[in-house]
Amino acid sequence: MAEGNGSKNGDRALKGSFKVKAGLAQMLKGGVIMDVVTAEHAKIAQDSGACAVMALERVPADIRKEGGVARMSDPTLIRSIMEAVTIPVMAKCRIGHFVEAQVLEALGVDYIDESEVLTPADEEFHIDKHPFKVPFVCGCRDLGEALRRISEGAAMIRTKGEAGTGNVVEAVRHARAVNAGIRKLQGMNKAELVHEAKLIGAPVELLEECQRLGRLPVVNFAAGGIATPADAALMMQLGVDGVFVGSGIFKSEDPLKRAKAIVAATTYFDKPEVLAEVSAGLGKAMHGLEIPAIPKDELLAARGW
Amino acid sequence: MQGAFAEHIRALEACGARTRVVRTAEDLEGLDGIVLPGGESTTMTMLMERVGLYGPLRSAIGAGLPTLATCAGMIVLARELSDGMPAQQGMGLLDVAVRRNGYGRQVDSFEADLDIEGLAGKSFPGVFIRSPLVESTGDVKIIATHEGRAVAVRQGRIVALCFHPELTKDLRLHREFVRMAAAAAS
Repeated sequence: MAEGNGSKNGDRALKGSFKVKAGLAQMLKGGVIMDVVTAEHAKIAQDSGACAVMALERVPADIRKEGGVARMSDPTLIRSIMEAVTIPVMAKCRIGHFVEAQVLEALGVDYIDESEVLTPADEEFHIDKHPFKVPFVCGCRDLGEALRRISEGAAMIRTKGEAGTGNVVEAVRHARAVNAGIRKLQGMNKAELVHEAKLIGAPVELLEECQRLGRLPVVNFAAGGIATPADAALMMQLGVDGVFVGSGIFKSEDPLKRAKAIVAATTYFDKPEVLAEVSAGLGKAMHGLEIPAIPKDELLAARGW
Repeated sequence: MQGAFAEHIRALEACGARTRVVRTAEDLEGLDGIVLPGGESTTMTMLMERVGLYGPLRSAIGAGLPTLATCAGMIVLARELSDGMPAQQGMGLLDVAVRRNGYGRQVDSFEADLDIEGLAGKSFPGVFIRSPLVESTGDVKIIATHEGRAVAVRQGRIVALCFHPELTKDLRLHREFVRMAAAAAS
């Protein structure tokens, strides 16, 4: 019986371990994480059933439109959003910008997204994420990229998709690529795994873990272009653990209604009759962009490696 | 609904139980026990209300359905709730007062070894993630504490934990729960 020896337990408490970092992502599963730019948006997201929010100054669609260098958001904004809601708050830092990450950790955000949506700060190295107590989520386009980020300490992965387009095609491509990469490992012997590790540029130990689990060793969400309940359900049926919705909600005609519908669609992703009901009468979705219409050097997914 | 259900399913099946994901009131039919997993209590409560699961679930647990509640699950069952969303309430089935995220934000999440009453052998690995803090307890039996606060309680056929056994390889608590559910069913 433990009564009375609580303080003894307390002495052994361990903070910031990989288990608690990856564990929060486990708690987010089956949920929707929404981009918000004001405390008001954050409340709408929470009221709609979001399992977390991403605090940022501009949604990706506006970053894309306005151009210029996109950086970490002002701490005042992040703080106001943290005060407005009780669900976890995430924030973005630039790829490789470990000082922005230190600032976000000091603010006490619950997760950091080292994100290609912002302008990269380092063209060679991503952040060494192991020393941080706060967990990181990173984007990927295929299995090799996902495992490189995990080896750097990412406790959660998301597909990159093509943020700010309202076009789900790239998220689908990336989710399928991760799935195919993992399927390919099944049945490989050790020598073949070593060879595959070389080809995709990832540590063989992580390939072995994927082979054993039949999935990524951390939680994997879809992101980049999800704009409708059906988009969210599509990604869930492709096997992701949850979805990020960026511009898709607050660039639409009726954000609260759409947000609620996407939350329901993420839980009932395999029940088309529920999807039909929640998809009805949502007003206009965000306008959206065709991927080939975007100049190659403006594609966000190509940032990071 | 939302949260770490897959890990509970893995743990329960490793203990020999058959499992089913409960997302609608119809899914409650014929259960011997239910797990309310960790996740976001606001999201879960809203989804349950939206699909008409909240009331039937509350009745079933109130009528004695064996229940294992972890983290957000404990919040959903609690009598009294602080620092929740405005108007967020517990089901009032578990006589505890809890503070949401009472141990702090994610950077304060931690692991600690726990001694749990009724579990033979070594201490249990407690994984606490944005965990609720039990501020006071009424008519419940405290089965584990950390720093003087209750972190595991039992009331009738409800076992509620602030931590996440499903994120560890230690199956003892799930095995106990399966045994309790089987005993209640026979």
